[in-house]
Amino acid sequence: MKKDKQIKLALKNCGSIDPEKIENYIAVDGYKALGTCLGEKGSSEIIDVIKASGLRGRGGGGFPTGEKWEMASKFVADQKYVICNADEGDPGAFMDRSILEGDPHVVLEAMAICGYSIGATEGYIYIRAEYPLAIKRLKMAIDQAKEAGLLGINILGSGFDFDIRLKYGAGAFVCGEETALIASMEGKRGTPVIKPPYPVECGYKGKPTIVNNVETYANIPVIINKGAEWFSSIGTSGSKGTKVFALAGKVKNVGLVEVPMGTTLRELIYDIGGGIINGKKFKAVQSGGPSGGCLTEKHLDTPIDYESLKECGSMMGSGGMIVMDEDDCMVAVAQFYLDFSVEESCGKCVPCREGNHVLYQILNKITHGKGELKDLDKLKAISEVVKSTSLCGLGQTSPNPVLSTLTNFYDEYYDHVVNKKCVSKQCRALVEYKIIEDNCIGCTACKRVCPAEAITGEVKGKHVIDPELCIKCGACIEKCKFNAIIVE
Amino acid sequence: MTCNKNKNMINKLTDICNEFNNDPDDLIGILHKAQGEFGYLPKEVQIIIAELIKIPSSKIYGVVTFYSYFTMKAKGKYPISVCMGTACYVKGAEKVLKEFEDKLKIKNGETTPDGKFSMSSLRCVGACGLAPVVSIGEKIYGSVKVEEVEKILSEY
Repeated sequence: MKKDKQIKLALKNCGSIDPEKIENYIAVDGYKALGTCLGEKGSSEIIDVIKASGLRGRGGGGFPTGEKWEMASKFVADQKYVICNADEGDPGAFMDRSILEGDPHVVLEAMAICGYSIGATEGYIYIRAEYPLAIKRLKMAIDQAKEAGLLGINILGSGFDFDIRLKYGAGAFVCGEETALIASMEGKRGTPVIKPPYPVECGYKGKPTIVNNVETYANIPVIINKGAEWFSSIGTSGSKGTKVFALAGKVKNVGLVEVPMGTTLRELIYDIGGGIINGKKFKAVQSGGPSGGCLTEKHLDTPIDYESLKECGSMMGSGGMIVMDEDDCMVAVAQFYLDFSVEESCGKCVPCREGNHVLYQILNKITHGKGELKDLDKLKAISEVVKSTSLCGLGQTSPNPVLSTLTNFYDEYYDHVVNKKCVSKQCRALVEYKIIEDNCIGCTACKRVCPAEAITGEVKGKHVIDPELCIKCGACIEKCKFNAIIVE
Repeated sequence: MTCNKNKNMINKLTDICNEFNNDPDDLIGILHKAQGEFGYLPKEVQIIIAELIKIPSSKIYGVVTFYSYFTMKAKGKYPISVCMGTACYVKGAEKVLKEFEDKLKIKNGETTPDGKFSMSSLRCVGACGLAPVVSIGEKIYGSVKVEEVEKILSEY
């Protein structure tokens, strides 16, 4: 994997220090930023640095972190809370898990800095129960930091107290939304509430609360140590610093990459990812998980930043980046994401609960060869309604995979509904299995394996598949040694 | 027999709830521990917890059914989970899942009649570099191919 296009800030210690030893973290300037803050800086000074750095939330929305902290600091309350959102539910993304497993102290340090700047003494990390190693390392790190006087009562003799506890998620994607996350932390069903009031004013237990994502926190200590100017020199005008992506799918080098904002999709997929596997043709790249869109070849030179991705109909999201090749059917991909959103919709508001379901049904109809041209207009109209009327971020973005594939791959949808063809040969109802007469030697292997008895022919004679009986299971193709069976 | 079993259950749940100071705010933590202890969260367990932390059992039922991690059905001795995250999906997880279903003759979400295996799909284990991923109990299998399913099952 090429290293030169990458800059590691959030991942800088991952893999290079022993995450189970606090000494290792301290040796690479760990807890130095916390020391600087407690010893030399007032809370407003820290907030000014974070604001000047231009850091924006890495969980997907991209809200300016410094502004969020400033708002929370201005509300007067007897208690405030600092929460780390480690409920990484986006399928295909594992950036936060890697940071928590590889460098847990960076998150603790940043949360303590946040607590000091907004006036909070309690922090919580809301983490997925599916991440046992990250949980183990976080617990270990908290114990070590307390023992070293870097968490707990009177940190570094400054008089500032800050404690961190873990709370577990239980497998609900919607809990990545901050108000749903807070409901879940209070032992309730994870359903979101209308904003405003925002959590910075009325959050956990009704108190001012900061909710930031793991990767956002991982950027804080390095900003304090190296300064806002240095940080804001990396990236583009509106998006500063770096972003970690989980590159996966049909690409040669899969794994985590951290690139400066403004890197193009092409650099990410071809220079770092090494291009498409098995010499296939690139078809689409999906960023932002179930909330994002599928971008095509013509978007490959788009710089990766919050605004540019949004303009093309996708979004930054938390960092999932799935590459697809010519074998992936875009209608089926949209259906896959809708299935996810239907399953994960909390059911509180009607547009998301019912609208996504209807979208899924229509897509299902299309992939099963029963679609009509007017269904495409319906898909678009319903998507727009769900987007504009849903209560929270889940419903407001869940139609994105449909809208982006409709825009970028309209021909493919058209082929499905009008010509009843699936060019990627993924939609079973739309393909036909055929035997090429010239290649068939009459070995009867296919006839014997066919579970539907759809193949007829004598030994050493030409065989034929009856399309009425064929269930398109593919068993015959696997058995044929003469490449005599094709899918059309 | 039933009475003893129930008493044992109450004792264990009392310990668990005490660990969390019987705080309803920590309901999810309590349910995690209880499921770790009993393997699933049947009606009786929910009613006992409701009495201990003094909230309606309907509220607990609401929470248990909301989160996919909690289950009211007993799982098999070897719970099989096929990851259906995007990376696994594009690398053929659907076919792997189907092969498990065919070989075990059960559907996703069910348990074999002898209680040995149960099948489920999960969203993403965050090991996308190993797609498609299957986990059986604590063991993880990466880059699973349809042809390997039979061999994997024969290990148990």
